[in-house]
Amino acid sequence: MAETGASPAAGTGRAAAEETVTAGTGEALVTETGGAPAAGTLHGLGVSPGRAAGRVCRMADPPRLPAPRPVADTARETALALRALEEVAAELSARAGRAPGSEAGAILEAQSFMAADPGLRETVEENVAAGMDAGHAVDAACGHHRRALLEAGGHFAERAADLDDIRNRAVAAVLGLPVPGVPDPGHPFVLVAGDLAPADTVNLDPATVLALVTEKGGPTSHTAILARSRGLPAVVACRGAPEIGDGTWVSVDGTAGEVVTGLAEEAAEEILRRAAAERRRLAASTGPGRTADGRAVELLLNIGSAADLGAGAQAEGVGLFRTEFLFLGRADAPGFEEQVAAYEAVLRASPGGKVVVRTLDAGTDKPLPFLDLPEEPNPALGVRGLRVGRVRQDVLDVQLDAIAEAARASGVQPWVMAPMVTTAGEAADFAARARARGVTRVGAMIEVPAAALRAGRLLRELDFLSIGTNDLSQYAFAADRQHGELADLLDPWQAGLLRLVAECGRAGRAAGKPVGVCGEAAADPLLATVLVGLGVTSLSMSAPSLAPVRERLARTSLAACETGARIALDADDPAAAREAVAGMTAAGAARR
Amino acid sequence: MPERTVTIASRTGLHARPAKLFVQAAQAQGVPVRIRVGDGKPAPATSMLAVLALGAVHGTEVTLAAEGPGAEAALDSLAALLARDLDAEEASGG
Repeated sequence: MAETGASPAAGTGRAAAEETVTAGTGEALVTETGGAPAAGTLHGLGVSPGRAAGRVCRMADPPRLPAPRPVADTARETALALRALEEVAAELSARAGRAPGSEAGAILEAQSFMAADPGLRETVEENVAAGMDAGHAVDAACGHHRRALLEAGGHFAERAADLDDIRNRAVAAVLGLPVPGVPDPGHPFVLVAGDLAPADTVNLDPATVLALVTEKGGPTSHTAILARSRGLPAVVACRGAPEIGDGTWVSVDGTAGEVVTGLAEEAAEEILRRAAAERRRLAASTGPGRTADGRAVELLLNIGSAADLGAGAQAEGVGLFRTEFLFLGRADAPGFEEQVAAYEAVLRASPGGKVVVRTLDAGTDKPLPFLDLPEEPNPALGVRGLRVGRVRQDVLDVQLDAIAEAARASGVQPWVMAPMVTTAGEAADFAARARARGVTRVGAMIEVPAAALRAGRLLRELDFLSIGTNDLSQYAFAADRQHGELADLLDPWQAGLLRLVAECGRAGRAAGKPVGVCGEAAADPLLATVLVGLGVTSLSMSAPSLAPVRERLARTSLAACETGARIALDADDPAAAREAVAGMTAAGAARR
Repeated sequence: MPERTVTIASRTGLHARPAKLFVQAAQAQGVPVRIRVGDGKPAPATSMLAVLALGAVHGTEVTLAAEGPGAEAALDSLAALLARDLDAEEASGG
């Protein structure tokens, strides 16, 4: 509560907001004091389908330290820094009190203790004595203790994120800036932020966050992936986001990528009611994936562990089991036994029995300490995915051994694929290693354009392909996945990307072997019909996307999918492609 | 200097709630208590960050040390705390 209450005005801390937000005292009651909220429509990229509406809570960005300033009065400076830490400790303790008995409450309480830590205070005092101003003293002290936690490894290293949060909060307090981090206003809200970091999203309570709107980010950014996994409508790369006033009412259309601002409260509630009705309608579509004329299209789940296989997902299996979640945040590689247990749990729990296991996708872009890889100037183009085997073949071999053992123990034979396969030679080598361990279905992720262009040749070595559209876009369009300014290039409706998918689909048909899509493109219901038209035989996505995709496929014939695919391949740009395919399928539905 | 060596009984190790309870108890003692793992550098038991940085998991042996009046009693009470599974107590209490 303190966060929003403490913000004196809408869009605090953002100069751009001041000229546009006319009704900006942050509370809906501005309408009573004259001046209606500024109404308008903002556009961005819709990355997680669905509609929602609610009150806006803005997330303040982490504070940036200004240049160091000379300190005249050391005692005053020390007091300023220590008071900031005390405020943070009190706020965290109050938050912990609102979640009594829960895991989150325990962690917040421990975090409150960190903020009040005598060791931290001592380091701050030493830093000020050495000439630092309050902000830099807090920043450096947190950095010092952060390194100690990282050295302790395991669960202890994970607490470094708590210290980062303390640092951001305390520095903001010193500088008189709004409290950073995800707000906790005590009512459901639409979260508006510059961008979301993984650490922010840990604390996101899906019961109170209605939708996400970010100024930065692209279709494959962390925000987008989180939103889809939670079923939250989301719009990213929304340039107008800084203008949205704190406490105003907005609606978010995560399919069209639109944010309507300046709504009346009643209008927002009506939108929420309609969205709930739409969800009920979609939930009524069940069963395996089929086109209107009965062509089977397997609908599968993307998961990171057995915990993601919740009830009610109605998938026909797992199309992408990302094994790296077992490896992330670890100082040492997980051992053979631990891996067997994790893989066996997924194999036993999977609906329908089909599980596609992807071997470790790490590297210098997703660093794992135990791999001990040297830093690279361009990690996305460096040693990652299957390429890690060039320097650490043992890691891949142990993983394949563990997958084979989990298959024996569970009686479920997994499909196994490698990430970042680029050449036929790499595909042959991986296939040989997997088959030597008894794996019967070996495949490759298609993420590198060179591999897509040689899909037919790769399929002579392999049993299946799975297209990772997120990375394939990044590499085909020379555009960083995390680069908000380039998000339009990463739009999965780009004809250049679809041409590479078409090449894979053609090769799969010719070889009579399955070709799936496990990138987030598969989760867009309209684009899913285009992918099927391009020859894709399975679609893998996070659980909330299954029902909308199933429902859309069920009312589109294979012939219509193929017509849509031709239209999309020839379209001038993604917006034109979307519009033309949507118009075509709407006309088809009307004729029926 | 009086010392006690004790094995961490809490399942999550000296982390989260167990760490908080231990630091709270240490702060309530009349004497400064230091904690270390093996021959490692002793850390003040009143510092959450220093205690976490020990990286003491379930089964780790830690040594507590204190000096002066009340040292023996303080060590007994803190060692007894670490020898209990504080996570299990939380589960049954909640």
